[in-house]
Amino acid sequence: MSTTTSDPYAGSRDTTEGRVYTVTGGDWDSTFSGDPMSEERLVVNMGPQHPSTHGVLRLVLDLEGETVTKARVVIGYLHTGIEKNTEYRNWTQGTTFVTRMDYLAPLFNETAYCLAVEKLLGIEVPPRAQVIRVLLMELNRISSHLVGLSTTGLEMGALTAMTNGLRDREIVMDLLEEITGLRMNHAFVRPGGVAQDLPDSAEGSIRDFLKIFPDRLEGFHRLLTGQPVWQKRLQGIGYLDVTGCVSLGVTGPVLRAAGLPWDLRKIEPYCGYETYDFDVCVQTTADAFGRYLVRVAEMSESLKIIEQCLDRLEPGPVMVGDKKIAWPAQLSLGPDGMGNSLEHVSKIMGQSMEALIHHFKLVTEGFRVPPGQVYVPIESPRGELGYHVVSDGGTRPWRVHVRDPSFVNLQATAAMSEGGLIADVIASIASIDPVMGGVDR
Amino acid sequence: MFGASGSGDTSGFGGLVRVAPGSAVTSHSSERPYGGYFDDLMDAIEFALGPKRFAATVQRVVVDRGELTLYVARERLVKLCQTLRDHKALRFELLSSVSGVDYLGSGGTQEDRLHAVYHVTSMTFRRRIRLEVAVPDDDATIPSVTGLYPTADWQERETWDMFGIDFAGHPGLTRILMPDDWDGFPQRKDYPLGGVPVDYKGATIPPPDERRSYR
Repeated sequence: MSTTTSDPYAGSRDTTEGRVYTVTGGDWDSTFSGDPMSEERLVVNMGPQHPSTHGVLRLVLDLEGETVTKARVVIGYLHTGIEKNTEYRNWTQGTTFVTRMDYLAPLFNETAYCLAVEKLLGIEVPPRAQVIRVLLMELNRISSHLVGLSTTGLEMGALTAMTNGLRDREIVMDLLEEITGLRMNHAFVRPGGVAQDLPDSAEGSIRDFLKIFPDRLEGFHRLLTGQPVWQKRLQGIGYLDVTGCVSLGVTGPVLRAAGLPWDLRKIEPYCGYETYDFDVCVQTTADAFGRYLVRVAEMSESLKIIEQCLDRLEPGPVMVGDKKIAWPAQLSLGPDGMGNSLEHVSKIMGQSMEALIHHFKLVTEGFRVPPGQVYVPIESPRGELGYHVVSDGGTRPWRVHVRDPSFVNLQATAAMSEGGLIADVIASIASIDPVMGGVDR
Repeated sequence: MFGASGSGDTSGFGGLVRVAPGSAVTSHSSERPYGGYFDDLMDAIEFALGPKRFAATVQRVVVDRGELTLYVARERLVKLCQTLRDHKALRFELLSSVSGVDYLGSGGTQEDRLHAVYHVTSMTFRRRIRLEVAVPDDDATIPSVTGLYPTADWQERETWDMFGIDFAGHPGLTRILMPDDWDGFPQRKDYPLGGVPVDYKGATIPPPDERRSYR
């Protein structure tokens, strides 16, 4: 069906649809020789290693003067085959993989994956674990939005926005480190609950954070919202209305900035979100400035949710009681780092053969999940994060597909930037806030 | 829950022996009442399509864990999606997700090995359903829904890239995550994990499963 030329710079092949070019550069003459507009037309390759493309994203832009006539997006540079890998690991190990997809929102990946596994198992996690999950997700939402804001500032040349954003994010990262032990890639949320209870110091630290953070968010309004340069760079840029968003599958802040209050935390509540008091932040401008305002407002709402989480934290288990699912460990901090506590080791080694067998079977083989398939969507900082998980009844997933919001939203690049100026392409992509780890998986 | 069959290897590189407890493919069909909004929804779909066309389109209906799955004849998929999107009692405006599942070696037959799975969402009525289309691997062609849902563009490209399902009518069905000249479809079950050497600056690094024995 196809023949591939061996020229590394101007690869092309004939298909039933016509000649297909592989744009690798250096193929200018052969590609545009017959085009009468070729003098006017300029094709610019941006990325994949470019400081303004939000990660390893490659853009191929057709320009007439400074106007973009065509924007093509090339992805796949970070593809690591995580979906395939999960099929070769047991259900608990899956958490460690999925947390690395959208690396700015790891706790959302973990929670969505675990919700899917729990739905397949037909179990519900204890209330305290649910509250901890919500608490962690909202902290994570703040840190993720702060990176989105910082990188937007960086790419627009507003470096103070970047330094302030990353400074404030560091506070959240310290909190996450205090709770989970890691700054990112936590693998803290596990099927059946969470890996560990909150440390005693966590509540105080989070309360301190809640005291200082509203002022930090206000600082972004003082620094950016009214600033003429920031407004000029973002207002009216990257326009995409509700119809465009829905047909392109775009969800999250981009859709809410277009005016549709579509937030899965309200619409299909999970983890008990229906019991929390918070607002869905909406703008009607459908542009990059509106998305910026939505993100800042969402951080304030997250603070409200975090405060409510702290108020309703009741003592209790953080993992299901079913010993055939719960990871058999009582972790404690020892001289060589985190590990099983001495009590647990002496129990399984000295007292309970049953406990030893459970420990061995669960750790080496894992638990089994009844056959079937589920699709669990949650509201990640970037939109609908959906996990389609299929089980064949075994100890490993048959298939894990991640509907990553960055991947789907990035399709809107062409719709947002064609017809605009090349400088505004950057603003459009920054306003989508794609994370390439999630796009390429 | 526990069983001693198969290998306990979870490194992935030990030449995986899959614990084969049965089948991931559902072959049954749920009976009415389906529960929840599913009965109303199925009535609306049947009404919108007409009973004759409905019978030809929807092969099976499965309700499992509170989710509704329609198994759809592939030649009727686009018409069904059009109805789902545009009919005033249905209004499935958002195509949330398109992906593939390879059921090779999981109880399925060769005729329905590859499944394309569509999750569609009605934002108006706040409903979700799943559409599944099964095809054999030697004739893995499914009509594309990009004309109805532009969001299917990249998702169908990914499904082509990973499973080799050919979406007929797609405006540019090329690889999206793997390199353009890649051979094979990595997420098929008969495509091994590992096995691909990596060339880097003139040196060839063997695939992880060949570096040392994990057995």
